[in-house]
Amino acid sequence: MNPDTYDPNFRMPDPERIGEERGSLTRIIQEMVFTVDHKKLGLMYIASGLLFFVVAGVMATFIRLQLAVPRNDFLDPDTFNRLFTMHGTAMVFLVGMPIIFGFANYLVPLMIGARDMAFPRMNAFGFWVFFFSGLLLYFSYLGAPGLYAAGSAPDVGWFAYSPLTAKAFSRGHSTDYWTLSLLMGGIGSIATSINIIVTVVCMRCKGMILGRMPLFVWLFLVVAFLVIIAMPPLSACQIMLILDRYFGAHFFDTQAGGSAVLWQHFFWIFGHPEVYILILPGFAIASEVIPVFSRKPIFGYPVMVAASVMIAFISLGVWAHHMFSVGMTSVGNTFFAISTLLVAIPTGIKIFNWIGTMYGGKLRFELPMLFCLGFLFQFLIAGLTGVMLAIAPFDWQLTDSYFVVAHFHYVLIGGLLYTIFAGIYYWYPKALGKMPDFKLGLWHFILFTVGFHITFFPQHISGFLGMPRRIYTYDAGRGWDLYNLISTIGVVFQAAGILFFVFNLIYSYVKGKKAGDDPWDAWSLEWATTSPPPSYNFETLPEVRSRRPLWDLKHPDDPDWKYE
Amino acid sequence: MSTAPEEIAEWKMPSTRKVAVISLILTESALFTIFLVAYLFYMGKSLNPPYPSQVLEFPLLATIALLSSSVTIVFSEKALHRGNKGAFHIWWAVTIALGAYFLWFTGMEWKHLIFHDNLTLATNVFGTTFYSLVGLHASHVIIGLVLLTMVLILSLLGKVPADHTEHLEMISWYWHFVDAIWIVVVTVVYIISTRT
Repeated sequence: MNPDTYDPNFRMPDPERIGEERGSLTRIIQEMVFTVDHKKLGLMYIASGLLFFVVAGVMATFIRLQLAVPRNDFLDPDTFNRLFTMHGTAMVFLVGMPIIFGFANYLVPLMIGARDMAFPRMNAFGFWVFFFSGLLLYFSYLGAPGLYAAGSAPDVGWFAYSPLTAKAFSRGHSTDYWTLSLLMGGIGSIATSINIIVTVVCMRCKGMILGRMPLFVWLFLVVAFLVIIAMPPLSACQIMLILDRYFGAHFFDTQAGGSAVLWQHFFWIFGHPEVYILILPGFAIASEVIPVFSRKPIFGYPVMVAASVMIAFISLGVWAHHMFSVGMTSVGNTFFAISTLLVAIPTGIKIFNWIGTMYGGKLRFELPMLFCLGFLFQFLIAGLTGVMLAIAPFDWQLTDSYFVVAHFHYVLIGGLLYTIFAGIYYWYPKALGKMPDFKLGLWHFILFTVGFHITFFPQHISGFLGMPRRIYTYDAGRGWDLYNLISTIGVVFQAAGILFFVFNLIYSYVKGKKAGDDPWDAWSLEWATTSPPPSYNFETLPEVRSRRPLWDLKHPDDPDWKYE
Repeated sequence: MSTAPEEIAEWKMPSTRKVAVISLILTESALFTIFLVAYLFYMGKSLNPPYPSQVLEFPLLATIALLSSSVTIVFSEKALHRGNKGAFHIWWAVTIALGAYFLWFTGMEWKHLIFHDNLTLATNVFGTTFYSLVGLHASHVIIGLVLLTMVLILSLLGKVPADHTEHLEMISWYWHFVDAIWIVVVTVVYIISTRT
């Protein structure tokens, strides 16, 4: 026995009482609070992300109801401002970020053949900081009015442009809740990202050289680097805002020589890489799902890695394309237009490589594959409107219009959310040991896809017709009525799709058939262990000789390592 | 063609601590960069005095103290590797003393600026960016001093195991980072901005 841990007062517990509380509610809560297991934390990340997703989705539904018909008085303007602010902030920081971190937490150690993340306790710290930052943001509805009887939830928009956030224009504490919540969430994200980097760099199993890592792991390594470089500017913004609001500093105070545009620069230095922080995990999931359901190894592995690194690198130098209309110099406009257009090159490479993977493959249209196909089409549309908006003069015409709203919803729903659904259906059997129900999932896919396009495609057109974003109502007869009504009708289909999704998650867990270790006949290491994996992941740590270690195990007569 | 795969000979991964501290330093650098850019952006844009050239004096002694603390911490580590605990404690304590002197100097400088020159965070954009940048650095010095002091106390109590030298090395990396940032800050704040 290790003399350092020997405790002379230790007595064996009464054998009659061992485990008597197991399965009780208090015990489950205790386990959730105490756990440092990367799989439990990963599921907790995804579950709480989905919880916030439903809340923020309901907020979006209210927004659409208000805009369904002209001169609607369902919501008053102040409530509307709060709703779109909270919807945007929650969807980015409380839905997108935790769900991608959940996937990283659950899968990165399994895929590289490790027993846990490098720093399990820091992992738990990251989760709880995120979780309470989310509660802090929503607590603003109750706590923000304070003694001022001022506004409740933040109403400054998710990018909180100055001077809206100045003390004079944002009374009470609503902006402070927003600030502190994002500052806190940023700390959690950085902790988790450092953990991911260290895990990938230091914890790979024998033989897992960088060139054999699954693309999923590669992409999360890139994402983690982006987070630790792009998140501190956001934290700096929030610190400066607190100094401005409470200590009389003048960072963004134009009357004392400060600059409101500086906030925009600093925010978007974070904000644009953030878009790639959110979409690269989508690429990561697609890069795992598409090969498995095409029965072919990924096409152009090294190019995929290079393209991911290139996207991340370019994304650090494109932020001011969010600011074409603030009046930069023409040199500035040209630089940011060109750098933004450059992103299309590596992204295009990726799209072609996914198609190349499917080409000549034996496609299996299971649920994950369906959502990945949806992702490919919708992300292409999102990319094309993105290229359009990168042209500065075009952007001057359409900036802050519904065209932009349509563009980024195609990116974040059509791109990210579809791959998240794909990922959830793909790894559901691994995490819970049961197969997701195909029929329910198909209904989810059909209803949600129909609803998504009905809601967001018309917004391209209402944007062209000049409808600005963030208006709480509009006059009849401007040509926007029909498109807004169609948009709102689409919400019904989306909501129905989500109901099928949530029902499927619960139904399949109770009634689904057993999945077995490797239901999809996949090739990466997470499928080499049991479903769900034991807390130590692997009985013996695997050794890897190719990019598809499980293929080598299943086909000892024709292993991949002979050809790589 | 052989059917058995070649054996994987040696499999060594980098130390988790080192990679973590390098990542931490990277993310901290990004944070400092934003505050530095804010300082540079607002240089010469204050609407009212005092201006940097009127009130700032080059903190020569403090700079020497902080930079030499980077040297003493290296001496301290070398002593530890030789197994000379006494020299380790002495050099480690000297490092703390030098860092504490730097902090005390900054405090005195701020006291003078606030009560003599009437420069606060709210005076002008110079005050805003000066106090936030130098304050951010000072807060890192404080964190470093807390870590160093903890190690000294624990080590004097004999609670630092012999195989924890890498932990101490990580603290010294962080301390070197704080020093390196000071070189940038002192150049921008006390040399460049006082001459414009």
